Amino acid sequence: MVDLSIDLGFLKLKNPVLAASGTFGYGLEFKPFFNLELLGGFVVKGLYFNPREGNPPPRLAETPSGLINSIGLQGIGVKAFCEEVLPQLQDLDTAIIVNVCGEEEDEYALVADYLGRFEGIDALELNISCPNVREGGRCPAQDPEATYRTVKKVKQVSSLPLITKLSPNVTDITSVAVAAEEGGSQAISLVNTFLAMAIDLKTRKPKLGNILGGLSGPAIKPIALRMVWQVANTVKIPVVGIGGIFTAEDALEFMVAGAAAVEVGTANFVDPEACLKIIQGMKKWAEENRILKISELTGSLQI
Amino acid sequence: MIIDRQARIVDKKNWGSYFLFSLESPEIARSSQPGQFLMIKVSETDSPLLRRPLSLHNRTNQEVEIFFQIAGKGTKLLSEKRPGEILDVIGPLGHGFSLKKEFKEKEIFCVGGGRGLAPLFFLAKELRAVEARPIIFYGGKTSADLPLRQRLEEAGIETRISTDDGSAGFPGMVTELVEKELQQRAPAFLFACGPEAMMKRLSEICQKNNLPAEFSLETIMGCGIGACWGCAQPIKKNGAIHYLKVCQDGPVFSAQEIIWGEKKYG
Repeated sequence: MVDLSIDLGFLKLKNPVLAASGTFGYGLEFKPFFNLELLGGFVVKGLYFNPREGNPPPRLAETPSGLINSIGLQGIGVKAFCEEVLPQLQDLDTAIIVNVCGEEEDEYALVADYLGRFEGIDALELNISCPNVREGGRCPAQDPEATYRTVKKVKQVSSLPLITKLSPNVTDITSVAVAAEEGGSQAISLVNTFLAMAIDLKTRKPKLGNILGGLSGPAIKPIALRMVWQVANTVKIPVVGIGGIFTAEDALEFMVAGAAAVEVGTANFVDPEACLKIIQGMKKWAEENRILKISELTGSLQI
Repeated sequence: MIIDRQARIVDKKNWGSYFLFSLESPEIARSSQPGQFLMIKVSETDSPLLRRPLSLHNRTNQEVEIFFQIAGKGTKLLSEKRPGEILDVIGPLGHGFSLKKEFKEKEIFCVGGGRGLAPLFFLAKELRAVEARPIIFYGGKTSADLPLRQRLEEAGIETRISTDDGSAGFPGMVTELVEKELQQRAPAFLFACGPEAMMKRLSEICQKNNLPAEFSLETIMGCGIGACWGCAQPIKKNGAIHYLKVCQDGPVFSAQEIIWGEKKYG
């Protein structure tokens, strides 16, 4: 019997698989398909304080082995989430992580503070890395100082464990990871999407209404894996690996690179049961390879 | 909604770039409503990555049917599947056409352009089940765009044909044919599915004639189940415009709710 459980220090997970923010709705969308309690947990879609309309369509463009999105964090806002959605999630025996957004540093703190008044949230994921909400794809996670300040502000108002989600659209991701760690973040998740674009040659127009978007899917996996390895070798806090995970093998590779847990994103669109299949595949792989405790894999890269 | 990973292709028909598949999927067939759609996996590889949304064309006890045209890589791959092959299908999804009790004994116009006929066969059958009198308007560029004429005839559904080049039926656009018919008839409702510019023109015609209408929108979709918000379109509700999900709040919306783009028809 393989032990799939993971201890992040601030949060225990049944298994290392979390559904990634922005790809799993508010969780409820997947209830018709499978028992959400089989997941390690899920990260609900990013929340600003107020409802948000998002970007003009078209918002999706398919590319080879990838998907560019420019949704722009459309959502119901933190109040509607806490009043209408959270009561339906609270009793679930799985980790509920809420992705926290903000126009500026104070709004992140406002959202985190508000969420802290409710039961049933296990951790916050700080979204300082969405490429679709500021001009030119800019985000706080491109600047170590802004990252440090935002993390610190949220930590001052919230006692919930904090995972900071980083952007790959930087020259040196390790310096941003260190800034998040120094600011008091208990974990790092990476990577968010890669700033990208697609063009319709016939019309010579951008395929996305927002011109730019974020690339996800199998196309980004090797770069994400490299960044997870770099960050895991730099910080002392746990790392959650994200980027094009579609199979159990993908997830296991991220763990070997140094991830304590993983988030599965775009795969949820292709198959609503993707997380479930990945968990089953990891268990089977561990059994076949006589691994008794899946957490042993974390950082086990042989060089 | 369910995932049927064993939906077997039991029949396949083909006319040029148009295809009609029958899929054995009793559970999906049982709960399907006209205007709803399926998300179908077209490839075992990463290319293309996403499922394809396809309107429900018909259902029987055990089967659902899809009618589609090759529009890109995904539908091309789907068109190459053979009878006996198994498809991975999610459905039925979305919010379909409104079937109202008041439709009883009333004429209902169902207007489809090209592959837009897809959901209207199922709709016309269900309209007849509530004793309404559906009339299908089937428009295409040429007679080759009207492969389902015979099927509509065999089902005994009253049908008006139009072609832009005059090779069959009324010579001109289907919207002109609808306008012409409206001079003699007073339908209770209009449903439509087809190119955006066609539906936009129909929307103007309906407004002028005070005719309530519902349209089925087609967009690129990420998940089809309301999780990604990638299919959102501007929709007017209670006087305010919001981005709503075509996959969950639609694909069918009432005519006055839809904010049309700039494209012109014809």
